[in-house]
Order: sequence, then C-alpha cells, then structure tokens
Amino acid sequence: MIEVIRSGLLTTVQDLGRPGYAHLGVARSGALDAPALARANRLVGNPDGAAGLETTLNGVTFRAEVRTTVAVTGAHSPVRVDSEPVPFGTAFPVPAGAVVQIGAAQSGVRAYVAFAGGVSVAAVLGSRSTDTLSGLGPPPLRPGFVLPLGRSSPAGLPSGDRVPDERLGEPAPTDEVMVRLRFGPRHDWFSVTARDALVEHPYTLSVKSNRVGARLAGTALSRTIAGELPSEGIVLGAVQVPADGQPLVFLADHPTTGGYPVIGVAEAADLPLLAQARPGTSVRFAPWT
Amino acid sequence: MRVRPVGAHALLLEVDDPPAWFTELWRRRAAGELAAVEIVPGARTVLLDGLADPPTTAELVRALSPSAPAEVTAGITEIGVEYDGEDLAAVAELWGTDSRGVVDRLTTTEFHVAFCGFTPGWAYMAGLPEELAVPRLATPRSRVPAGSVALADAYAGIYPNASPGGWRLVGHTDVRLFDPDRDPPALLIPGTRVRLPERPA
Repeated sequence: MIEVIRSGLLTTVQDLGRPGYAHLGVARSGALDAPALARANRLVGNPDGAAGLETTLNGVTFRAEVRTTVAVTGAHSPVRVDSEPVPFGTAFPVPAGAVVQIGAAQSGVRAYVAFAGGVSVAAVLGSRSTDTLSGLGPPPLRPGFVLPLGRSSPAGLPSGDRVPDERLGEPAPTDEVMVRLRFGPRHDWFSVTARDALVEHPYTLSVKSNRVGARLAGTALSRTIAGELPSEGIVLGAVQVPADGQPLVFLADHPTTGGYPVIGVAEAADLPLLAQARPGTSVRFAPWT
Repeated sequence: MRVRPVGAHALLLEVDDPPAWFTELWRRRAAGELAAVEIVPGARTVLLDGLADPPTTAELVRALSPSAPAEVTAGITEIGVEYDGEDLAAVAELWGTDSRGVVDRLTTTEFHVAFCGFTPGWAYMAGLPEELAVPRLATPRSRVPAGSVALADAYAGIYPNASPGGWRLVGHTDVRLFDPDRDPPALLIPGTRVRLPERPA
C-alpha cells in the first residue's frame, strides 16, 4: 500500500472508467489522458486499464509501505525517490518505506502514476475511478489516505526500458491545440455565422475547466432556435453551448443528459490534448467528417 | 423517426416514446442484434453510443418498432412519500388548489420513468399533464436533502443524495434510490412504472 503525504491540487484514482451505466445517470469517468495511463501501466507490466493516479498540475507525494515499481507519464514532471531524481517515463523500483515525489509539471496538466499491480481500492460498478461530478468511486486523495496495491504478475516485471512514446522527450506542448470536430446533432440550432465562427476563430481554454469539461472563451455562438432543448443523452467530447454562447467540450466526468444544444462532437483521440492543455491555451476546431 | 449522427460512434434517435424504445433497444442488445455500449433515453430521444458502425445501426433501428409499453414493465414500484415539502403550498397555488389537492393528485397519478440523468439514480418521472407543469425555483437551494420528492416542468423526481437543486419540494421518502452494490444499482430505471402513495408521518 501507499500513504499519501501531499495530495496536490487534485489527485484521483483513475482507470478506464465505468461505461454502460449512462441510462442510470452514471458518467463514464476514467483517466482524461487514457493513452498516458496505458503507457504508465505497460511500463510496470500492468494491463492498460489498471487503476493509477491522475494528478493535476502540481503532482503528488506518497510513501510506499511496501516495495513496488512505479512509472510516471503524461504531464512532464520531475520525479524523485527519497530525494534522488529518477527519469520520467521509465519504470523505477521503489524500496519499502521510500518517499516518491512527483513535482510540478513542466508542461501539460495531468501526470499519471502507475504501480505494479495497480491501485486496488474497491471497484464501484466495475471501475475504481473517482467521478468528480457524482462522487462515485474513491474520494480525491488527501494527506494520510492509504491506498492498497494489487499483486503484480511475475511475467510483468519491468525491464526498466522505456516504451516507445512519441510524446515523451518532445518539447513542451505548443500554445495551440487543434481539435477535430464533427458538426451535430444540434448544429441546426445555430446560425451559419456561429457554425463558421466555431471553426474559424480560436478559443481560449478557461481556468474553469475541470474533469467535467474543457470550458472555452471566445466568439459567442448565437442560436437561431431559442428556448430549452428537451434533455437528451450526451457523449464524450460533445461541444455543448450554454446560454452564454461560450462552448464547453465534455470530458470524462460529463453529465449523462443535458438540455443545452450540442453543436458538434470533438474527435475522441484529440481529447487528451485538451486535458493536457493549460488554461490560456488557444484551441482551434477543424471540421472533420 | 429521425436519426441524427453524433460524432463518429453514436446516433441520436428522435422518437415518440423514448421509454418504449429504450426497452426495445435494450432487448435487441441482449439478443445480440445490436452492439451499443450505451443506450440513453432522453425526453424525446434515445442515444446509442459506442457503435462500431453507425450507418449500419441506423438502418437496423429504422426497421424496428417498439413493443407496447404494457409488455415492457411488469408491476409498479411504490414509493411511500411523506408530503411535507417546503414548496407544497406554492405548488398548490400554481395548480389552483390546496395542499390536499396536490397530494391527492400526486398519490393518484401513475408515473413512469421517462429518462435518468443529473446524478446517479435520478429519474425524470412523467405522468402529470402539461398544464400542471411548474417552473423551477428562480434561485436554486444550495442544499436539498436526500430523499426529497420534487416537481419541475411536468416531471416528478427524487433526490438520491443531498445536492443543490431548483426543483419544488413536495415531500420526502426514505427509499434508497441508488446502491452500487445492487443490480441494477438504480431503483428507478427508464420505463419503470411508479406510484407515490402517502406515507403517514
């Protein structure tokens, strides 16, 4: 098990979420940058979907109560074991009793911490993920929390090799993110001018963004149909436009139904870029079919 | 039926009777005829998400028609309610009756779960006529206790957990609406028929 010493801005347990319950109002949840979690898991010999930690901007510090193997991916961050630096993006051994510090991210927002055997808190509806909207799953970490670790498979003992990772070693992400967008299902609630504006004008990622959604600020999108849309199901990546006309891209903890029109849907493969973009980053939508 | 594409892997079906369609699509999925990760009814729609091939699924659903709702749900879920909500008198005024009149109407209405959302276990229960639709509170309460029975538009709903809320409170119940260790975890799933009889204080 591990004991949390410093929990950071927001550190939660995440796996690949709990799809299949949206009809009961249960969000999918899960890691916002799922490919990064999968890479961390592979480094320590876990299946891609094993539960790890997702940090926000300033990392996490914990003590390993037992010997384990750890890897950190996602937002590029300094990592130390008992004050000794260890490389980011590589599996490293952690002796029993050692303190692991993941520091403030140099770029990106969310770092992923995988442990050999995974974090083995009780699963809720098939997932160990924290859903920040509904509170399902374990609560966000606090100092003093103790998290159990699962048993690692002998076959999965890490070699210490880096997995091929096109995003490791890259320079800091650019200050602009391109997100592919398919219009619909409610693009016909908006003026042609608004539809054009969405793909022609840059938007700025708002500091109010969280695990529920990436909030954007920019050209307000005006509607041709006023009034409330009868509530309907929402998908991951839906670009919803509330009354103020500022679009919001729904991420993993999104509500399952909503009454604001969805002008388009962002390509799922581009959502990790949004999740790793810092407030102030320019976001551009590219029409896609 | 109109079928609207939603992103790369989902379809939004605009249908007349979403709960009946939900049940039909659920049955088709169980029979292996439909591969969807999520089947999510809304007020006038059903969303199919996690589709490998949306155009093929669109063809499939266009050829379907839902079974009669009567076949769909056997039995009625009864939830005993103590009608002591803070907004009971205000709802009575909106309805042009007194508190007793509101309770009589709610206890004799057969509701059905139209769709879920907002929070796990929350069910939008239809059954009241449109003329009894009530507006949400102009200023939502910062905390509504778990088990509160409330109205907004022409829907009834029950708060599964304490949360902020703008619905008008007419009573409360002790029934547990959501339990992750139960199967299904929600007491009220789309299509469920519900009565809200009065429970003595």
